[in-house]
Amino acid sequence: MKKKDLILAGAVLLLAGILALALRLPKTENGNTMKVTVDGEVYGTYSLAENQTVKIQTGHGTNVLVIENGSVHMEEADCPDGYCKRQGTISRVNETIVCLPHKLVAEVESDGSTTDDADDAPDVIVK
Amino acid sequence: MRDSRTASRKIALCAMLMALAMIFSYVEVLIPINLGVPGIKLGIANLVVVVGLFFFPAGEVLMISVARILLMGYLFGNGMSILYSLAGGLLSFLVMFLLKHIKGFSITGVSIAGGVTHNVAQICVAALVVQNRKLFYYLPALLVAGVITGMLIGILSDRILSAVKREGRKSSSR
Repeated sequence: MKKKDLILAGAVLLLAGILALALRLPKTENGNTMKVTVDGEVYGTYSLAENQTVKIQTGHGTNVLVIENGSVHMEEADCPDGYCKRQGTISRVNETIVCLPHKLVAEVESDGSTTDDADDAPDVIVK
Repeated sequence: MRDSRTASRKIALCAMLMALAMIFSYVEVLIPINLGVPGIKLGIANLVVVVGLFFFPAGEVLMISVARILLMGYLFGNGMSILYSLAGGLLSFLVMFLLKHIKGFSITGVSIAGGVTHNVAQICVAALVVQNRKLFYYLPALLVAGVITGMLIGILSDRILSAVKREGRKSSSR
């Protein structure tokens, strides 16, 4: 390897680091809604506060997303590659699960009142 | 007589390299890489393109690369997978071709640039397909993956290049 090769590799890694910081830093708190888009259009928005199973049936195929304890994962999908099922669970704002063959994106959002606030609120007020 | 022999030689060589590239992309499925982003591949087929750029005219290498993508796509993929591969293959070829002509970069640097631009092209196509900019959140991971896989393929290419050159010298001195 020559010097310029290493400079190139270093420059790309540096760029990746800067991008990662710029993209992740502003919002790393837990979100409270999941927005599902298909073909770039909003399919539905679901609350992360309640555990639920969201079945998405479109012309591209079927995906089943499960919301459990404030985080989302792809439970089932009939896409050919199945990559979406291997993307793990997401719970932070701007994290996504993508199913490319079905042109589906599930993203975590925050509508202002975070789940943390809800947790902080007292269940019962005792005088 | 002489011309037709070199032409057949060229056709046979291109066909052989294309077959090799196809076997590489077939074998690749057996080597999973987990970097948190699904679908990352080592890009072994790129070995043929990288090494090829240093031996053959660019047009022939481009033809081998495009033919491999189309054939693999029709055999094992679908229209969409061809679109992704073609975007990655064409952009990385262009960048590698240009970088090869800039002084100071070795075959490893060329391969790194190829790996990175391949991933950038694919994420762009993916973002266009799903119509969602959030996909670019995967860009940092894909850049890092491109550097790592590009470097591995580059180091391998470097070894192949020097081995082939050594053999070439031996046979020409005979």
